[in-house]
Amino acid sequence: MSDTTGSGPMLAADGRPLKESLGRALRRQKLRALALIAPLLFFVLLTFVIPIVSMLIRSVDNKIVENTLPGTVPALAAWDSTTQDLPSEDVYQNMFFDLFNASEARRHTRLGSRLNYETTGLASLFRTSGRNMDSIGEVFQDAIEDVDPRFEEGAFWFEMMNGAGGDAMLEMRRARWENLTEQDMSADIGFMPSQAIIEILPTTAAAYTDWAIWTVIDEEEVVSEEDPWEAVYAALAIDLRNPATGPALAAYKGPGAEALQTLAAADLPDLTFAQAFLDLDEDWADKEVWETIVVYSPNYTAGYFLNAVDAQLTPEGVSMRPDNQQLYIQLFIRTLQMSLIITGSCILLGYPIAWLLANLPVRTANVLMILVLLPFWTSLLVRTSAWKVLLQQQGVINEILVWLGFVDDANRLILMNNSTGTIIAMTHILLPFMILPLYSVMKTIPPSYLRAAKSLGATNWTAFWRVYFPQSVPGIGAGSILVFILAIGYYITPEIVGGTDGVFISNRIAYHISSSLNWGLAAALGTILLVLVMALYWCYDRIVGIDNVKLGG
Amino acid sequence: MKFTKPILTTMALGLSATTSLADGHMASDMTLVSWGGAYQSSQINAYADPYVAMNPGVTITWDESSAEAVAKLRAMNEAGSITWDVVDVVAADALRLCDEGLAMEIDPDEILAPAPDGTSASDDFGDLLVGDCFIPQIVYSTTFGYRTDMVPAGVEAPNDICDVFDLETYPGMRALEQRPINNVEWALLCDGVAKEDVYDVLATEEGQEQALAKLDTIRDSVIWWSAGADTPQLLADGEVFMGSTYNGRLFAAIEEQGQPIGMMWDAQVFDLDGWIIPEGLSDERLARALDFIYFATDTQRLADQAKYISYGPARLSSAPLVGQHATLGIEMAQHMPTDPANAANTFLYNYEFWADYRDDIDAKFQAWLAQ
Repeated sequence: MSDTTGSGPMLAADGRPLKESLGRALRRQKLRALALIAPLLFFVLLTFVIPIVSMLIRSVDNKIVENTLPGTVPALAAWDSTTQDLPSEDVYQNMFFDLFNASEARRHTRLGSRLNYETTGLASLFRTSGRNMDSIGEVFQDAIEDVDPRFEEGAFWFEMMNGAGGDAMLEMRRARWENLTEQDMSADIGFMPSQAIIEILPTTAAAYTDWAIWTVIDEEEVVSEEDPWEAVYAALAIDLRNPATGPALAAYKGPGAEALQTLAAADLPDLTFAQAFLDLDEDWADKEVWETIVVYSPNYTAGYFLNAVDAQLTPEGVSMRPDNQQLYIQLFIRTLQMSLIITGSCILLGYPIAWLLANLPVRTANVLMILVLLPFWTSLLVRTSAWKVLLQQQGVINEILVWLGFVDDANRLILMNNSTGTIIAMTHILLPFMILPLYSVMKTIPPSYLRAAKSLGATNWTAFWRVYFPQSVPGIGAGSILVFILAIGYYITPEIVGGTDGVFISNRIAYHISSSLNWGLAAALGTILLVLVMALYWCYDRIVGIDNVKLGG
Repeated sequence: MKFTKPILTTMALGLSATTSLADGHMASDMTLVSWGGAYQSSQINAYADPYVAMNPGVTITWDESSAEAVAKLRAMNEAGSITWDVVDVVAADALRLCDEGLAMEIDPDEILAPAPDGTSASDDFGDLLVGDCFIPQIVYSTTFGYRTDMVPAGVEAPNDICDVFDLETYPGMRALEQRPINNVEWALLCDGVAKEDVYDVLATEEGQEQALAKLDTIRDSVIWWSAGADTPQLLADGEVFMGSTYNGRLFAAIEEQGQPIGMMWDAQVFDLDGWIIPEGLSDERLARALDFIYFATDTQRLADQAKYISYGPARLSSAPLVGQHATLGIEMAQHMPTDPANAANTFLYNYEFWADYRDDIDAKFQAWLAQ
């Protein structure tokens, strides 16, 4: 049936089936349309979608704890924080190696700052302790080197530790370094942990591998020529404490066997790591420190969001913060309330002006339009600062009122550094966003409607309220959305004239971005603000209907 | 073992920077970050212009971003491209940057010039070397200024920090910074806490509440400022009777603008401003940055800066060299916060304490403000 004529599908001019040809043309058209909007799509993706997604991720991301303490976090899982006991020696040992590596890479302080948002004092605890990790290691290093000076030599160590079969350990330690430093650590390091040593001295092999990776990749040295750092000696001492190590070493025949056997027989310091940490800082015996690490050890946390609504994560679950630290819910409510007031006053002030603009003769209307637009074109900072000059107690408005005798000199009005100041200044600044959509909608309402209403006997008020106003509602809707959404995220004006009770949630977001560096909390606050705006928009759509919003025409 | 590598490289670079001055190894462009305004001008006059005169071919670009330096450096670090070479920050921010691993650790004796008499840099700067990354430049102080014409008749001008809290004798508005640091210390000091105990008390929940309760007594008479220029403006407009700000700002209002403002040095809080070098510069850029730092923080340069602004040089050896103001021609020594007559009762910003307690106390302070 190749030759279809009468009963087959209709063919286009080029002999293809018409349907296929049509589909192809449509597809081409779609592609062309897509190509036309591609730059915009790409731009929106790059400048809008990606930042918002990254903000959302940041508000729950908490990988820093496990990346910095990869050994401690799993070890702590076995600890029951409800008992009175501190974590086991195993946890302190893991903390030693984690902090040792982190302080080499200078990441311990970053973790300290992160955890300090949750528990005061952790910043300095991590800072000072990280700095002193090598002094704990030195205790063991000195003792081991006293027993056998060969342990002072890098070459001796290298011969003992290097071998074959330790690929898994090497890759695991590399991955830990990569998580910690967020850098590529995959280069060849000219060292492979020996499987025999891994079996007998697992801690030592891990610590030596850590050191080897760091020495080659960060410090660009050769493993066999360098002396290992203090943590390796501490690891060896830990391994030798294990009762199984002695017999295993007796059977061991590899390089350094005899030195290790001597060492196993010698007396090494019996300092526990729990004690060593306590000697550094007694806060390490504070359960709260460990609880904080446990609570914030998952890779994703709701902690920032809880902080953003005045709650907190505790080992017992979620609880509200103490009264004297509750701030954000109040700020959210205030932000919404004040934005509503500002939107309302913009409607009240903007409506008559838009009416005048739409109904005056063109020449006068143009002059008026310039008066509306002129402040619109002036810098935001300049306008806000101008309000400062006007509103302050020794300012223009107060001076005039005092001169006119309306206000007593001793009781001048407090018009700024409070919510009044924010409302006045922001109403003025956002007014054009109300007037312009209102004007463009009013311009399209034919004046003949009003005349018709009046000729049918309506009073001025009825004609306005029943005929004109309903037609201008879409303009109010558009203006309100613009003003409200702009107001809710306003930052600079409240900062300058808002004082303490006139600031918005955005001022706290700015504070956490630029001063406290608590970007997770800032992201959580920002996300909540975004969700609030979207929820309000949805409500608005349900109540007013977004089809009833017009920006003109 | 620890930190040997960074120190060795900085030493090597420091040596090449100071001995050879071979431009071949150094970048010819440098971006310096500072605060803008009179302070940046003083740096341009005292450091940058002489440096460019000595090293023609070097272009210095200024970026007035010090106020947001910490956040911006963190963002640059995350983006993997550091565009700043030397950044001027206050010591608390330097500590923060150091903690975050965003500033380079330095060894003062390796990268900074010794004093003319051979005293090592670490001795010359002494205690002012806060943290491991900070290179101090100046000592400034946060202190109070008051309107001399608003002092009630028959009353002595305010000269005690507790006069700020005395609304009966000194009625009128106050301007305080919108953050807990300094305010809570002053509050405790005027609530009967001995100076040496202030931070011990402040470390406790009750102490924090005590401080806020004291601030509560003047709360209705306070305008809270957030920019250093606010208080001088509020004083000049007669909006407040007294207010805290940086001493250099008050100096400018009094001596340069002739405003009727008096200085109340009592319980001034010393703070430091200085340089940090961002972590992650290329070798050429680092060499240039170190070369500039070596020059800009020597004894003479620090003393020169005091000709343009009334902040005390951070080096002990610079103090005797402080001369007259470049344009006003007045002796600057007596306007320095460190001058013995002014420094009878002083505080030094407690960096360690605030690094730990800042988030906690700030949350309580902001909640208190919002009540």
